[in-house]
Amino acid sequence: MGRLWMNTVPQRWHIDMLMITCPWCGPRDESEFTYGGEANIERPTDPEALDDAAWADYLFMRSNPKGWHEEQWCHAHGCRRWFKAERHTVSYAIRRTWPMDEESS
Amino acid sequence: MTCRLNQGGVIDRSKPLNFTFNGKPLTGYAGDTLASALLANNIHFVTRSIKLRRPRGIMGRGPEEPNALLQIGEGPSTLADQRATQVMLTEGMNARSINGWPSLEHDLLSALSLGSKLMPVGFYYKTFMGPKGWWERYEKLIRPIAGMGLTPDGPDPDLYEKRDLHCDVMIVGGGPAGLAAAASLIGTGLRVVLAHEQALWGGGLLASRTQLNGQPANAWLEETLAALHAAENIQLLPSTSVFGHYDHHFLGAIERVREQRPNAPIRERFWKIRCQRLILAAGAIERPIVLPNNDRPGIMTAFAVRESIERYAVLPGKQAVVFTNNDSAYATARCLLDAGAQVTVVDSRASAGTAAKAMLPEQTTVIYNAKVCDTTGKKRISGVTVRQTDGTFTRMDCDLLALSGGWNPSVHLHSHASGKLQWDEALATFVPQNDLAGVRAIGAMAGAFDFATALTQGSEVAREFATELGSKAGTDLSLPEVSHAEPGPSQLQPLWRVAGKGPAFVDMQNDVKATDIELALREGYRSIEHVKRYGILGFGTDQGKFGNIIGLGIVGELINKHPTEIGTTTYRPAWTPVTFGALVGPDTGELFEPIRQTPMHEWHVQAGAVFEDVGQWKRARYYPKAGEDMDAAVARECLATQKGVGVLDYSTLGKIEIHGPDAITLLERVYTNNWQKLGIGRCRYGLMLDENGMVMDDGVTARLGEQHYLMYTSTGGAARVLSWMEQWLQTEWPDLEVYLTSVTDAWGTISLAGPKSRELLESIGTDINLSTEQFPFMSLRTGAVNGVPARVQRVSFSGEMSFEVSVPANEAAELWAMVMRKGEAFGATPYGTEAMHVLRAEKGFIIVGQDTDGSISPLDLGMEGMISARKDCLGKRSLMRSELQRPDRPQWVGLRPKDPTKVLPEGAQLIEDPAAKPPVAMQGWVTSSYFAPRLGHAFALGFVNGGRARHGESLYAWDADAGVIPVEITQPVQYDPEGGRQRD
Repeated sequence: MGRLWMNTVPQRWHIDMLMITCPWCGPRDESEFTYGGEANIERPTDPEALDDAAWADYLFMRSNPKGWHEEQWCHAHGCRRWFKAERHTVSYAIRRTWPMDEESS
Repeated sequence: MTCRLNQGGVIDRSKPLNFTFNGKPLTGYAGDTLASALLANNIHFVTRSIKLRRPRGIMGRGPEEPNALLQIGEGPSTLADQRATQVMLTEGMNARSINGWPSLEHDLLSALSLGSKLMPVGFYYKTFMGPKGWWERYEKLIRPIAGMGLTPDGPDPDLYEKRDLHCDVMIVGGGPAGLAAAASLIGTGLRVVLAHEQALWGGGLLASRTQLNGQPANAWLEETLAALHAAENIQLLPSTSVFGHYDHHFLGAIERVREQRPNAPIRERFWKIRCQRLILAAGAIERPIVLPNNDRPGIMTAFAVRESIERYAVLPGKQAVVFTNNDSAYATARCLLDAGAQVTVVDSRASAGTAAKAMLPEQTTVIYNAKVCDTTGKKRISGVTVRQTDGTFTRMDCDLLALSGGWNPSVHLHSHASGKLQWDEALATFVPQNDLAGVRAIGAMAGAFDFATALTQGSEVAREFATELGSKAGTDLSLPEVSHAEPGPSQLQPLWRVAGKGPAFVDMQNDVKATDIELALREGYRSIEHVKRYGILGFGTDQGKFGNIIGLGIVGELINKHPTEIGTTTYRPAWTPVTFGALVGPDTGELFEPIRQTPMHEWHVQAGAVFEDVGQWKRARYYPKAGEDMDAAVARECLATQKGVGVLDYSTLGKIEIHGPDAITLLERVYTNNWQKLGIGRCRYGLMLDENGMVMDDGVTARLGEQHYLMYTSTGGAARVLSWMEQWLQTEWPDLEVYLTSVTDAWGTISLAGPKSRELLESIGTDINLSTEQFPFMSLRTGAVNGVPARVQRVSFSGEMSFEVSVPANEAAELWAMVMRKGEAFGATPYGTEAMHVLRAEKGFIIVGQDTDGSISPLDLGMEGMISARKDCLGKRSLMRSELQRPDRPQWVGLRPKDPTKVLPEGAQLIEDPAAKPPVAMQGWVTSSYFAPRLGHAFALGFVNGGRARHGESLYAWDADAGVIPVEITQPVQYDPEGGRQRD
């Protein structure tokens, strides 16, 4: 879970560039999706057992790689399902998308 | 005097077109651009430069044009800064110069050009730095002088359209390379789109004497276009500028519809194109050579002169000097000669290539090892000075100077998508390095300047892409045999600028001189990105299509570095300016944003309600009676609610139904408080935090059944809360069996608030027992109201006894009308959102998004009692952080102005000492403020540092307009703190 607050401002003049393949609906324009940050961030099962640093690590720290990045997307204006995608942060190439409950690789 | 030749060109002499330039009536022909029509009328001088007011003429022939930016048309549909070289002439066109006051010919400000040396780059910022605050005064004087055209004086009357387009192969550029590619894809079954910036197909062929299969190129063009038009799988988009190339093979293009169909209802169409494969054949732009006084009207690029003669049959000068460092300009010299002009060629090289020499008759004057080092003339060039390597100077008269410093491939669409560039030594410019995946640059854009190569590349890449896409073989296309081709920019010897006295302009549009680049380097700038910004090089609407590479060459010479080491500035979309209207399309006025109306909307309109926008909803804000202003109406509505019954349209409130065995677990995890013991038919207020511990939404949730809940959210938060819970359920808690359904629009909700609300509801008729014993505060009953199924909820946002009645949306308008009819006996008064806000403020209730801003925790609100110790919930752990535990954090308080009539401005700052000198420490701020009718005085809510321990203290509200207002800190709940009225 990366997102703390969702952007509800309509951005219809924005040129959406990516072509994203929803695992259920197929390839669609980026404008149909919302972004959900880095994937595979697991919410701690017992947050109160963590010290501030460990909690902050969960809450704020992300890997921010230059290269391939596993992240979450939601087909918000389609089937409304969340899924994972592997996107390259330099070229923006997306080489794989797959349902939330499938293994990463 | 006409400069039109008697024959030749691709203009239609049978269709004369009348137009005016600066009020003067002139004539051109169909097929002319505005620029060629002006040149045909011997008009070179079309504008004055932006800073120095120097006379400027038409210089280029397409999107690179830096000078001929004209105002076209009048009134609301006027267009500013239109490149005359790209505007097709139409009947009745009215074009005007932009700079020039009182007129182009007699410009009073041209005295500025005398001060050219005194106004180097950065002049404005250095000179008008101070005193502080004075820039605004200078600006008033400077801005009108530095004008760039007039904006329309009213809303745009034209219509625009947006279209999505998906294709297999997209081809950009309708010159020989692009046409050959498209023709090779005929019959493949692939969906192919070919876009061309100009109205006429052919690109460089239109200005060439090249023969294809032994015929003028026109014959092959007509044949190819006929085949393309006939092909079912090819879509042609002429008059379409592809302005940007984005990720994943996405392109934006603007089609100027009326260039092809003058009576089309739509002026421009914005194409959003997604393709599998992309062929870029965008051509190249000739660059000039920078030399002193290189900006006089009558100085053009060599290719602009050639196209003028060959395509438009316009001879732009009778006595021409052609100055070049490469072979391509020799074709210009040749067509000038053939059109009857006198020509002198000045070539900076020791000799020209064989093909170039063969272009000219032997008696032509060609001066090798020579440079044009100065020009003369005022509103038109009258002569040049030529300096030879041996040191001799020759002065010669001329009325036209054609320049060629080489050619720059239009790599923009390759670079937009992060395509890398490499320096081509032979061309002395950048060409695409490696093609992007699924993209291929061909023809002049890839540095191939001969038509035979361009045709072959087009055909080959088309076949390759067709194979990759698994299509069947297309129609067999035999490429035409090319002969009589003009030489390309071969044997080029880089020459960026000629030294000498006098301003040598690198970027005409912004009056950037070679000396300005020297200055930028002297002042320590080294990165080309910095030199560009300091020197405003390439900042005009032409985006440096002439000047950027030359500027780079000059920087390289000055700091003795190879252009590769310096690199280019970043090429960003748009390739040419894009009309806002086209990007907006039809999304204006009523279509700007979807409008949501409640079922009772029409009643509110009839009642004269004033509406406000809440998200996309139209909500009745207040219902003024004759002679009432807002304050009076709101006060009346508030008091009616206190004394009788107020009626509020509450349909916009977000409603989410939650079903499933794990519904209660979801509530426990997203709300801070306990939900385990909530019985069926009961409801509870919940507070929702983001994971950072900040308040995200609040509302009441009712339990309708064993595994069935109804969650109310704030009006603006409905979509966000639904998405939020869906995200957690899908990404983190897929094991929970819970189903969420948004039912906001399915129900219309009417809130009856006030001591007579029960009587009113009874008189309408319901099978629900409304007694406090049977239907206590904070509970929900289902039954029938006025004979329709209803959910009735006893909650209160006003502090008065309330019944919130929800019925199916289709029944709500009728029920509302019934309420108002039956309500007359009880003094029922409709109230709007403004009264609703006042009533809740008197009760100290927050409105998420008005009182909170994403940085307010429940601890700040004094709601620690809402946080269950028994369980975890989203955001709870964050509240334990020391920063959120600080006792001096801003805390939720009431604020009572000492003058009971003074309403504090919302957003006002709270300070301790109004006489203190800035900077003054802020003690807090005002979030909600009203005159509170039930309290009888002004009252506000807000935050004060450590405010809960400071009730009774005095502070000052400060606002730039309202001044200083003394206030007392109070507790937030001012009306009926014990809550007896709402419980009844």
